[in-house]
Amino acid sequence: MARNIVITSGKGGVGKTTTSAAFAMGLAKKGHRTVVIDFDVGLRNLDLIMGCERRVVYDFINVIHKEVNLNQALIRDKRCKELYVLPASQTRDKAALSVEGVGRVLEELGRDFDYVICDSPAGIEHGATMAMYFADDAIVVTNPEVSSVRDSDRMLGILSSKSRRAENNQDPIREYLLLSRYSPDRVSRGEMLSVEDVQEILSLDLLGVIPESGAVLDASNKGIPVILNAESTAGQAYQDAVTRYLGEDLPHRFLEVEKRSLFGRLFGG
Amino acid sequence: MSTPATGQTREPDSCELKSSALTLPVLKLHEADIDRIGKHLRQKAREAPDFFHNAPIVIDLTNLEKRDDPVNFPFLVGVMRGLGMQPIGIQGGSAAQRESAELMELAVLGQTGAGNRAAKKEEEKPPVDVTGTGKTMLVSQPVRSGQRLYASEADLIVTAQVSSGAEIFADGNIHVYGTLRGRAMAGIKGDTTARIFCRNLSAELVSIAGRYKVSEDLERHHRGESVQIYLRQNKLIVDPI
Repeated sequence: MARNIVITSGKGGVGKTTTSAAFAMGLAKKGHRTVVIDFDVGLRNLDLIMGCERRVVYDFINVIHKEVNLNQALIRDKRCKELYVLPASQTRDKAALSVEGVGRVLEELGRDFDYVICDSPAGIEHGATMAMYFADDAIVVTNPEVSSVRDSDRMLGILSSKSRRAENNQDPIREYLLLSRYSPDRVSRGEMLSVEDVQEILSLDLLGVIPESGAVLDASNKGIPVILNAESTAGQAYQDAVTRYLGEDLPHRFLEVEKRSLFGRLFGG
Repeated sequence: MSTPATGQTREPDSCELKSSALTLPVLKLHEADIDRIGKHLRQKAREAPDFFHNAPIVIDLTNLEKRDDPVNFPFLVGVMRGLGMQPIGIQGGSAAQRESAELMELAVLGQTGAGNRAAKKEEEKPPVDVTGTGKTMLVSQPVRSGQRLYASEADLIVTAQVSSGAEIFADGNIHVYGTLRGRAMAGIKGDTTARIFCRNLSAELVSIAGRYKVSEDLERHHRGESVQIYLRQNKLIVDPI
């Protein structure tokens, strides 16, 4: 049975879809059969970030309504054969997501895959609660910024009370913190919350810190998950995060201000 | 005291004993005539069959204490079980009645009334302010933004943080041993003796029996400090501890 991971945050625009794409690609590249599902009905983005927007025929809602079967809607990634995408509908309403329908689809996927990643929409409304209801693990993506941290805290509260595991008194969802768009320069100038500040407010274990990087915008535009850009700091940080999720203890990188060498300073490198 | 050798690890506990406050239905006996009691119970069960199904019931013998009539517990328990009830214990009753209840393996709850009271010695005690309610609700997980906790007729102890946007209420006292960033309201049913104790005061709002102060009104030098908050002559006082 697959492990259900929800990528959530509360706040919008913090990097959920970027993280979903990167994580799914990271797990699949390591040989695990992975499917990533877009729960943002009406505002679908995952297909763009994954670069499969030109191959979308059927979507998640079609499958829930039994208009097509799962195999007709799943899109296999061209770069990694273990990775599949289930896009959201752009024309329907999120009311089409029902607990029974979502549960049925996730159960069917669970039989065929090792990991099911649910890319949650922003907010705490129906789409977000459906994305996290069946989760085993939750990666809470947070920017080092006060409103994002408070929204993440709210989301953590909802995860501990409104999930299926909570309602059935099972082991709680395993919560992970992923700090994204981190800038050590701004932290050192006192303009941005540090990792310690965020951990103090949220008291949650850190899965990874993704530095602010131009490579992320580039990746979205090209439809190539940033984790495949091995030269970028963001790509490497996502790689570390996937490795940590799978159990290996790695030290966190890209937390310190880069020290520029004498040559660097002389020649403005 | 011997210390364990280094390198030994303790095995995790398989279970833990905890105290909790439960509300249970009580069957108060007014007489010891088991036949009449059985008839009454059977009638009640006919009127509301589901009410008794598997219900844990405490048998209250307070009204039978003085007469000290023998109570036929085996018969009573048999009748109750036959109707689907689960008699789990007794409260009140004379020593003889309690003894025969124990023979039926019924728990003896809340020792009250005629029991043996050891003669209490007058002890030297420090001056005591009695506050709060005595019962406690203990929370060890962080209280997240948007969550609400209410300790009804009890004190509330939180050993983790209370996030900003969270609200905790108690009829009695409130203790927060993590950082208090949200709202804390003690004595909300009007108990003016209730107090709030916290290790790190960063609250959005604190209140006792309706008198409140918001974060702005809490003096800067108390922020981040260990304090107790209480009412004196209807004014909210914040004292370091």
